[in-house]
Amino acid sequence: MAKMDMDSVFVGVDVGASRTKVAVMTPERRLVGHSVEKSGTDFTATADRCLDTALRMAGAEATAITKAISTGYGRKNVSYANETRTEIGCHGKGCYFYFPFSTTIIDIGGQDNKIIKLGDDGRRISFKMNRKCAAGTGAFLEEMSPRLDIPLEEMDGLASRSTDMVKLGSFCTVFSATEVLENIRRGRKVEDIIKGLFFSVIQRVVEMDALSPKVVMTGGVVAHNPYLVKMAEEKIGRSILVPEHPQLTGAVGAALYGIGLATIE
Amino acid sequence: MAKEKKVVRKKIKATGEMNRIMAEYFYELDNASKTGERKIAWCTSVGPAEILRSLGFLVHFPENHGAMLGATRMATDMIPEANALGYSPDICSYLTADVGAYVKGISPLTRAYKGIDGVPKPDVLVYNTNQCRDVQDWFAWYAKELNVPIMGVETHRGVGDVTGAHVESVASQMEALVPPLEEISGNTFDLEELKRVVALSKQCSDLWKQVLDTASNVPSPLTFYDGTIHMGPAVVLRGTQQAVDYYHLLLAEMNERIAQGEGAVEDESYRLYWEGMPIWGRLSAHSKLFSSLNTCVLASTYCNSWIFSAFDPDDPFRSMAKAYTELFIVRSDPAKERYVKTMLDFFKVDGVIYHDAKTCPNNSNCRYGMPQRIEEMTTLPFLTINGDLNDLRMISDEQTKTNIEAFVEQLEERKN
Ligand code: SF4
Repeated sequence: MAKMDMDSVFVGVDVGASRTKVAVMTPERRLVGHSVEKSGTDFTATADRCLDTALRMAGAEATAITKAISTGYGRKNVSYANETRTEIGCHGKGCYFYFPFSTTIIDIGGQDNKIIKLGDDGRRISFKMNRKCAAGTGAFLEEMSPRLDIPLEEMDGLASRSTDMVKLGSFCTVFSATEVLENIRRGRKVEDIIKGLFFSVIQRVVEMDALSPKVVMTGGVVAHNPYLVKMAEEKIGRSILVPEHPQLTGAVGAALYGIGLATIE
Repeated sequence: MAKEKKVVRKKIKATGEMNRIMAEYFYELDNASKTGERKIAWCTSVGPAEILRSLGFLVHFPENHGAMLGATRMATDMIPEANALGYSPDICSYLTADVGAYVKGISPLTRAYKGIDGVPKPDVLVYNTNQCRDVQDWFAWYAKELNVPIMGVETHRGVGDVTGAHVESVASQMEALVPPLEEISGNTFDLEELKRVVALSKQCSDLWKQVLDTASNVPSPLTFYDGTIHMGPAVVLRGTQQAVDYYHLLLAEMNERIAQGEGAVEDESYRLYWEGMPIWGRLSAHSKLFSSLNTCVLASTYCNSWIFSAFDPDDPFRSMAKAYTELFIVRSDPAKERYVKTMLDFFKVDGVIYHDAKTCPNNSNCRYGMPQRIEEMTTLPFLTINGDLNDLRMISDEQTKTNIEAFVEQLEERKN
C-alpha cells in the first residue's frame, strides 16, 4: 500500500487464543492496514508487534490512533486499548459491514466456534459459543495435524483431492483421534481422512443452531481452508458468503466500534 | 489498557442475624449427634420436613451440605472419591461431593463452626423424589453405610395440573411415614403439633415470597446471589419461629431499601432472570461480574422453590402433598413455561439466563427447547451458560465471562 499521511486512524485488535489480528481503519471506514500473528504466551507484546506491522502498512504513526478497541480472549491484555468489546459483538459488527443484511455468522476460531444471528438492521438476535470440547474448532485440526504428520497448510489441498471421505462419527476430540488412528491402521488414504476431519468440523458447527437463509463464514480456519467452505456449502445446500479477510472480521468490527464511539463522542 | 471497573457490593445488614441462627442450628444438630439427646432425621430439601419436626426430630439437609461444599469450592476435590465408588461424574454433584466428603472425613461445617467434627449422625433418612431420583440413591448409600432406616415419598414427575389424584397419592404416602417415624423418634404423633409446624412453615414461606417479590421493584433491592445465601433459613429452618423472625427482619430491610430508592446493583440498567441451579463456587465472582455490567440478576426459579403457598395448617397432610407437588421441578414443560412467563412479567426483566448444569438435568430446563419457546412467547432474549452447581471442572470461566458480557452488549443494542 502506498505511503499516506494518516492523521486519524482507528485500530481494532482481536487477541484470539491462537492468533492475534489487528485492523487499522480510516474514519471513512476503509481498511488500510492489518496483520496477523500467533498469539503466543505474551499477549501484550504480540498485540504491540501486530500494531506496528499494521500501522506500517497503513502508513500511519501511533500518534494518529484516535481510538483502539480490543476484543477476543486476550482483550484485557492490550496495553493501548481504550475499551474492550466481546468477540461476539465485534464479529457481528465486522460481518455486517461486509454484508449489511440479516445473516447467520459461523465463526470457526482457534479455540471456539461462534454462531451469531443478526437482524436486517445489524442488531444481534442471538449467539452461541461451542460447548467445552474442542471438536469443531481450529484446535481440533491443529491437534490432528501432527498425528497425521501433515502440516496444517497442506490439509485443504489434500482434502479437495479426496474421492472417498472417511466418516468420523464421534462428538469428542479424543474419540475422533482414536477413530483417525483406526482409519490409518486400516490403510485409508490420508486425503480421505482429512476430508472426514473437515466434515466433522462442519458437522459440529452446523448442529449448534438453526441457520438463517444467508450464511457467512469467518475465522482463521475458513481463511486457510477454502475447500472446507465448499464442503459446508454442499452440506447446507446453499452458497456461503465469506468476507475479503475472514480472519480479520473481529478486528475490523472492533475498529468499527471505535469509529462509532468517536462519532457519538 | 482498558480498566476493569471496581465493584462494591452492598452488604445486607441482616446477614449477621442469619449467620447467628444458622450457627445455632448447626450447633444444636451437632450437640444432638454427640449426646444422643435428640433424634436426627436427614431430609431432602423439599421433603416432608414438617412431619419430622412435629415428631421432635432435628433435621439435617444433605443438599444444604452439598451446597456448602460447592460454595467453599471443596466439592471438586471430593467428587472423584464418589466417582471411584461407582457414582458417575455425570450424576448429581451434590451427591458425589457429599458422599466423597464423607469418605474423606471432611466437611465445610468443621471449618465454619469451631468444635463441629462433621455432619450429624442420622437416626433416619427421609426423601421425597419430587425433585429427582438422585436423592433416593444418595440416601440409599448412607442407609447402607450407616445402617440407618430409609423411607420416603415417591412423587409423580412431569406433572401438568396437580390433580386430586396426585394429592391423594402423596398425602397417603406421607401419612404412612408416621408410624415408623413414631417408632424411631420414640414420640407419639400429635396432629396439633403438626398443624403448628405447618403454620410456621407457611408463615416462613409467605415471608420468603414477600422478600423475593421485592425484586420486582426498579431498582431491585436484592440480587439472585443475595437470595441464594439468604434462603438458608427457608430451607433448613422452615417450621421454626427463628426462620419466621428472620424473614420479618430481612423483609423490613428490603422495604427500607425500596423506600430509599436503593438498588442492590449500582445504576441498575438491565434486569435478568436466572433459570437453573446456582454455580455455587462462583457466586461471588458472578455477582461481581454482573454488578460491573450494571446488570442485576434479580429473580430465579431456584430461590422461588422454597415458596410453598399451598400449606394449610387445617389440612396438613393434603396441603403438604399439594405444596410439595406443585413445585416447579415436579411439573411438565407447559406448566413450567406458564410459570416462567409470569415471573418474567412480574419482575420486569430484560432477558433470561439458563444454566445448563452438567450434573443436574432436573434443574436444567434448557434441554427440551424451553428457552426457544419462551423467547417466542415473550420476545425476551436468552443466554445459556454451560456449567455445574458444584463440579468446577465443568466450567470455563473465560467462556462464561465472554458469554455474559456479550449478552449484556446485546441488551444494550436492544435498548438503544
Ligand atoms: S435436583 Fe439436581 S442438584 Fe438437586 S439433588 Fe437432584 S440432581 Fe442433585
